[in-house]
Amino acid sequence: MNEHDMSAFWHWWVVILTLANIAGIYWLIRWTSKKRPGEAAEGAETGHSWDGLTEFNNPLPRWWLWMFYITIVFALVYLVLYPGLGRFAGLLGWHSGNMLGVEDSQYQREMQRAEERYQPIFAAMADQDISSLARDADAVTTGRRLYLNYCSTCHGSDAGGARGFPSLVNGVWQWGGTPDAIRTSIAQGREANMPGFGDSLGEEGVEQVAHYVLQMSGRDDADSALAEEGQQRYNMFCAGCHGADGAGMAMLGAPSLTENVWIYGGSLAAIKETIEQGRAGVMPGFQELLGEERVHVLSAYVYSLDPQ
Amino acid sequence: METTADTHDIKAAAQETYDYKVVRQFTIMTIVWGIVGMLVGVIIAAQLVWPALNTNLEWFTFGRLRPLHTNAVIFAFGGSALFATSYYIVQRTCQARLFGGPLVGFTFWGWQIVIVLAAVTLPLGMTMGKEYAELEWPIAILIALVWVAYAVVFFGTILKRKVKHIYVANWFFGAFIIVIAVLHIVNNMSMPVTLFKSYSAYPGTMDAMIQWWYGHNAVGFFLTAAFLGMMYYFVPKQAGRPIYSYRLSVVHFWALVSLYMWAGPHHLHYTALPDWVQSLGMVFSLILLAPSWGGMINGIMTLSGAWHKLRTDPILRFLIVALSFYGLATFEGPMMSIKTVNALSHYTDWTIGHVHGGALGWVAMITIGSLYALIPALWGKEKMYSIKAIEWHFWLSTIGTVMYIVSMWIAGVMQGLMWRAVNEDGTLTYNFVESLVQMYPYYFLRFVGGFVFFLGMFIMAWNVWKTIAGTKPVTHAVPQTAH
Repeated sequence: MNEHDMSAFWHWWVVILTLANIAGIYWLIRWTSKKRPGEAAEGAETGHSWDGLTEFNNPLPRWWLWMFYITIVFALVYLVLYPGLGRFAGLLGWHSGNMLGVEDSQYQREMQRAEERYQPIFAAMADQDISSLARDADAVTTGRRLYLNYCSTCHGSDAGGARGFPSLVNGVWQWGGTPDAIRTSIAQGREANMPGFGDSLGEEGVEQVAHYVLQMSGRDDADSALAEEGQQRYNMFCAGCHGADGAGMAMLGAPSLTENVWIYGGSLAAIKETIEQGRAGVMPGFQELLGEERVHVLSAYVYSLDPQ
Repeated sequence: METTADTHDIKAAAQETYDYKVVRQFTIMTIVWGIVGMLVGVIIAAQLVWPALNTNLEWFTFGRLRPLHTNAVIFAFGGSALFATSYYIVQRTCQARLFGGPLVGFTFWGWQIVIVLAAVTLPLGMTMGKEYAELEWPIAILIALVWVAYAVVFFGTILKRKVKHIYVANWFFGAFIIVIAVLHIVNNMSMPVTLFKSYSAYPGTMDAMIQWWYGHNAVGFFLTAAFLGMMYYFVPKQAGRPIYSYRLSVVHFWALVSLYMWAGPHHLHYTALPDWVQSLGMVFSLILLAPSWGGMINGIMTLSGAWHKLRTDPILRFLIVALSFYGLATFEGPMMSIKTVNALSHYTDWTIGHVHGGALGWVAMITIGSLYALIPALWGKEKMYSIKAIEWHFWLSTIGTVMYIVSMWIAGVMQGLMWRAVNEDGTLTYNFVESLVQMYPYYFLRFVGGFVFFLGMFIMAWNVWKTIAGTKPVTHAVPQTAH
């Protein structure tokens, strides 16, 4: 509930309960500090006894009382200065920024300050094109920092990738390795979808195609007889996206099958699983989160990782 | 003086004894669940240092075992300790046998069933997803039933007391029983969809607020007020001195129970929770400092005139060091509730350190000290089998606690500083993994600290075994002379 749309009932409910509790505590302290007729002398026992346990009637320690008073005063001052008492916004007019339609909140002010300070740095970098920025040491450092915070969770701190997340350092680019293609991948994200062919190929067909794929990648664990059988099926079911020569198609995100580089694992079992069940890879877009200029710098860093 | 009728009454009444059976049952289970709960704690601490220990068994991973650890130490170990001591104290200080007949046994067996169900369902991944209130609805209902029975037994006993005034320990136990019932029932309101899955009745931010209203008052009433009740009996008993100040008891009791209710929002600083609620949570947490310290002062000052006993009595040392850790944690808490401090400490291991300052230093140590005082009385012995072993246990507990909280302080402050560090271009200086890598030495130290504390529990188990083996359970007649 925003303090602005709180009803009068709830406003007073909050105000009264809050102040009544604080006032009640204050009264309690004063009341117990007073001596009452007929009570035991200070420092004497009260005269009650339970299972052999008794208690002194010592006064409240003075330093403790002062600590109590100071926290109460602090609380009241804070509630005058800051939002707290229902709809009352506080004399300082402070807002954290967790409500829509609130101007000049702490969040907005901090964001504004950061923007003023850092925007020129990124604006200057965004003026250069990605391929020359990739040779600029400062830009690469900044890009690397962005990479570590936004990309390393999936692609790894060394950009070496992980199962399901392509490596960015091997020069093999699923969606194209030109500056523009990299930039589009980061800005808009990518969605790859390979359907499963288990039903169409059958168990035997999957095995054959897998061996043909192994053969195309130049692996010596391919069984040439099975691969030969597989080639025909490959041409029928796979070549449409991955190309008759297995070179892949960056526009569709269909990876090359000739590099012996595997996003989902290169064992025979993994390749068979890919063919049988298909794969779906999603990379989210970062334009909205980072803005155009930071995406530009980040693209330059990723481009700089290409070994060529 | 004696008429026939009087003699007859005294004879009949003299046959009434205190119900020690349920106290003994809960006492033993406190030690058992203490060992189990702390073992799980040591395991998950090790998993954070050596992630491979998570293994490929999903029920053995950190995420499944962590709620098991918290539930086991808070509700199984702490809960059994509170049942045991509150049942003992309320009888002794009211001069009345426990009220409720079969309800008494129901609270013991009901509570044990709850614990076993928790130990099965949590590793299986059945959870409400609310911290410290993970247990699914059928178990939550059983808890509510046990708790109502507990209230009937406790307040029934208070009502039939033969002593005019109600002893301060019982104020704290009473507040704890009432408030936990309210918190548990309100926070667990949910819509069951299957036998083991339900969804909270509250939407979004409101759900978060109710959860932390519950969560912080579970700390305030379960882990603070109730253990203060334990303290208020065993500290003066063990010291052989009167409670320092009756007036202080009155002020800090009423201030503590009324102010704690407001403190929950400090768990949700800088979130979607409206600013005014966050402010109230913060200022009431700050005012809580003095009432919290009231209990510490009253306990420690009870020793004035008997300080020398600390040198020779390791049980008293357990109790007094527990109060010191209590003072430390209840100073740290209000400080961490200040938004500026919280901006650094929130989501870091500082919070874990703070919690364990309270959990190991206060809750576990006051329990251990109290049980060492209680067990000989329950089994008709003059003292524990080995005082030397208590001495060892004391040092293991103290050193373990200090290692734990110091390592987490360093780890937490380091995380807070690393997460907010920015480069000259406005990018974050460290990514999350880099801060995690820095945690290794501190996570290891925390594991060692926890392990050292855990070792002490075995010494206790051995000592208790040696004390009670071969003894016959004692019965104590309820004294008839009212004060």
